[in-house]
Order: sequence, then structure tokens, then C-alpha cells
Amino acid sequence: MRRERRSVVANEKVGPYTLLRVDRGGLDPGVPGQFFMLEAPGRLLPRPMSLSLAPDKELAFLVDVIGPGTRALARLGPGDALWILGPLGNGFRLDVERPVLVGGGIGVAPFPYLSAALGRPPAVLGFRSDWHAEAAELVPNAQVCVEPRLVTELIPPDHSVLACGPEPMLEAVRRLVPSAQLAWEAPMACGYGACYGCAVVIDGTLKRLCVEGPVLHAA
Amino acid sequence: MLLNASGCLDALTAPDVARTLDAFVTKTVTPEPRDGNAPVRIAETDVGMLNSIGLANPGIDRFLTRVLPQLGRLGVPIWVSVGGFAADEYAEICSRLDDHAEVAAIELNVSCPNVESPAQGAAQIVASARLATRKPLWAKLSAAVPDVTEVARAAQDAGADGLSLINTLRGLAVGERTLRPILGPVTGGLSGPALKPIALAAVYACHRAVGLPIVGMGGVRTARDVLDFVAVGARHVALGTTLFADPDAPTRVRAEIGAELSARGYADLDEVYATAHDESLATLTT
Repeated sequence: MRRERRSVVANEKVGPYTLLRVDRGGLDPGVPGQFFMLEAPGRLLPRPMSLSLAPDKELAFLVDVIGPGTRALARLGPGDALWILGPLGNGFRLDVERPVLVGGGIGVAPFPYLSAALGRPPAVLGFRSDWHAEAAELVPNAQVCVEPRLVTELIPPDHSVLACGPEPMLEAVRRLVPSAQLAWEAPMACGYGACYGCAVVIDGTLKRLCVEGPVLHAA
Repeated sequence: MLLNASGCLDALTAPDVARTLDAFVTKTVTPEPRDGNAPVRIAETDVGMLNSIGLANPGIDRFLTRVLPQLGRLGVPIWVSVGGFAADEYAEICSRLDDHAEVAAIELNVSCPNVESPAQGAAQIVASARLATRKPLWAKLSAAVPDVTEVARAAQDAGADGLSLINTLRGLAVGERTLRPILGPVTGGLSGPALKPIALAAVYACHRAVGLPIVGMGGVRTARDVLDFVAVGARHVALGTTLFADPDAPTRVRAEIGAELSARGYADLDEVYATAHDESLATLTT
């Protein structure tokens, strides 16, 4: 893991979300599904964000404003600087047959980068509104549904599922496809195993998502 | 000496960070394994953070067989933080640590806010531990008491070799959207910059009240913070919450200390030690 102070290149709105593009410097983009800790200016703790895109010489993160930290990140503009630590955690396993990406809401964040790494596989994405569904533009070959329709209705059979989304969606995906690779989310203070804040109960045991996840594979 | 606050670093997950410290303090070890509290376990506040980890740890058996041997290979002195629910539990762990050469010191966590207070007081815990080990014993105290110097004196009389000041303070955060407590267990321990003035007051008072060396901690982020703690009477300083935001903090703080000292005409931290108690200068610093 490496920590660098980087500059914002662009801040682009995608539906209700913000695509924050920063210059890459010496940071490694890592494997799709890995994440970075982004300094949220004015806040005490950084915020975990999976890498959304790795354009040439840049790293891009899709931010959903849910509190003061993500609000501070979404307000950053070109030239603003922030500390970035990463890449962290374990990403998706890419040696899969017939992959399909299954995402919900801000859970589509790692998919543009993942899709590129897997050769633009099909994706099924669910959102709570048409406005949120604008984020699907970032993901090639995506089939989109909006609530009350659920993304789990769109998962094609006989595919390797790589999923990221809210916990109820991941639980539902796992019931349908026990072998799915699931990217989980939890509040984190540090992102590198120090705080034990992101421990979640998976299969009856507590795991630190930052070091054992965020992508967890079927047992 | 620069340390980490207990629970703010995992030396096995981040050994390179641990090696930048003068000593590594473990997460609190209890007699039995503990999963800790249900999520959500952390919440940021405006000037601090709350945690309700709940003393998650592998228990003393697994700590001794799996964790301590690896810690011993780090090349950094190891302080083991010890917790329990009764004085005899602290004593049992201390006696089992006593013949492990890897253990440089034991910090008695007599003040964790996330568990029911030990039925017996700090003095009883320290006295029991004292009988169980020859290792240096540091008593980690809470400032959430009417008079922290009373607890400090009791710890000293019971045989403590030093004091760690302070532990987190109980707090609660409400979710922006939900208007419900953010933390699963409702309340948690407040750490970070919000604690600094409280910690400075505790170190100042305990320095005057007892002769024991003190590890000062609470909101340390910069070399200036280190100077403040040393000035009020801390021999050593620990970094806590800032490690979460910046794993390079020990290296950065250490690098800044020289400039902060020379800007004030001091050659080293020893010259700064307890200067805040020098009343002859009080009238000059208005």
C-alpha cells in the first residue's frame, strides 16, 4: 500500500453520483474490486472507495453522497489535492468462465474497471430510479432495471456471477448463485486492518472486510 | 518514545507501520476469545471518532501460541494490553505473559468504556497483576472520573510502574438520515482531537500528583501535539486515531519534532519535559 497526495483532474456528475477523477501519480490501480482510502477534506477519517475506472494516468472513483465525508469529496474540483492510500484489500478473481456482473445502486462503482479487465462481459444493474440508473452508462453491455423490479430477476443462468451492491441484494444473489463472488461494504476508519471497525459476520464468523474482503468468495 | 495507542494498529497486518514506532502496544487481550460487538462499530464525529469494537481479540491462549511469536520477530519492543472482568483475570494473563521475553511491558486496560466496569477498582487490578509478574506495569486510566489523580495514586500505591493517559470517553453519534444511534451498541469510545484538552489536563494533574512516568495520548496528530503532552508531563506519547487516517503518521511526526523544538529554542524533548509545571515562566507566557 502506498499513500500519495494527488490532484483532482475532473469532477463529473453521473445521475446523482459524482465521478471523481484524480491524477494517478505513483499509485497502482490494483485489481478490480480493490479499494482506496480517500482523504475527505475537513474530516478526520478517510473514506473507502473502490476504483471505478483507470484511464491513462488517472484513477476515477464513483461517489454517492451519503454524509459529510462523501459530501466533501463530491465538492472537490480540478486542482484540489487529497491524500490517497491504496490499493487495499482483495479484488475480484478474474479467471472465470462466462462472467456476468450483477450490481445495485452505487454498487456499480467497481464495474467499469472490472468490465474492461474481463473484456466487456454482460452486466445486469438495478437502481432505485431512472436518475440513479444514469450510472449504467459507465458499464458496457448493461441491462438495466429500476425498482420495484429487482436485478436478481435478470441474472442469466450458467454464468459466473461477480456482484456488488447493497447487503440485501448480495444476500439474494448468494441464495440464487452460491458460487458468486460478492463485494461487500462496511464503514471503515483505516482500510488497512488497524481499526477492526469493518468486521462483519460472514458465514457465522467475523471478518475484517478491509483485509479479508471486500470481495469474498464462496466457501 | 513514540508508541501507538492500544487498538489503533495491527502489527501483523501492517508490520512496516509498527516498525516506525519505538514500541508496539497490542490490542487488549482478554482471558477468552471475543468476537467483539455487532456492527456498526465505528462512527466519525466532527472532531473525533467513536468505536465500539468491544475488545475483539483471540484470547490469551491463541495470543501466546499464534500472535506473540510473530510479534517477537518484528524487532520492536512489545507492550501487551491486558483486559478482564475481574482482578484475578488480569493476574492470570499477567502471570502467563511473565516468562515471555518478547513482552517488554504490560499495559493494564482498567478503563475500557465498552464493557461493564470491572467490579473491583483499578487498585485491586494493579495489585493482583503486580503479584503475578515482574514486567513493568502501566495502568491505563480513564479521565471519566471525578478525580483522575485519586485513581493514579491508587495505581501507584498498588505497584504500577507507569500510567497511560487517557482511554476513550463514552459518546454517541446520531445518523444524518436515520436520526438513530449510528453504532450497533448505541454508544462507543470517543477518540481523536476532541480528547486532547481532556488528556492534557489528566496528564498535567497526574504528573503533579504522582511520580510515575506517563504515556500521554488523546488526539495526537502532529509534533506540536507531542510537545504539548511532553510539556505537561508525559515521558512518552502515543498515536491513536491519526494512525487510521495516516499510517505514515509516526514517521511524519518524528520528522517534524526537530523543527518544532528548534523553533522554541529546545535541543531535545527532555528539555521540554514538564515545562508547563514551571511556574517561574507562567507570567512570561501570557
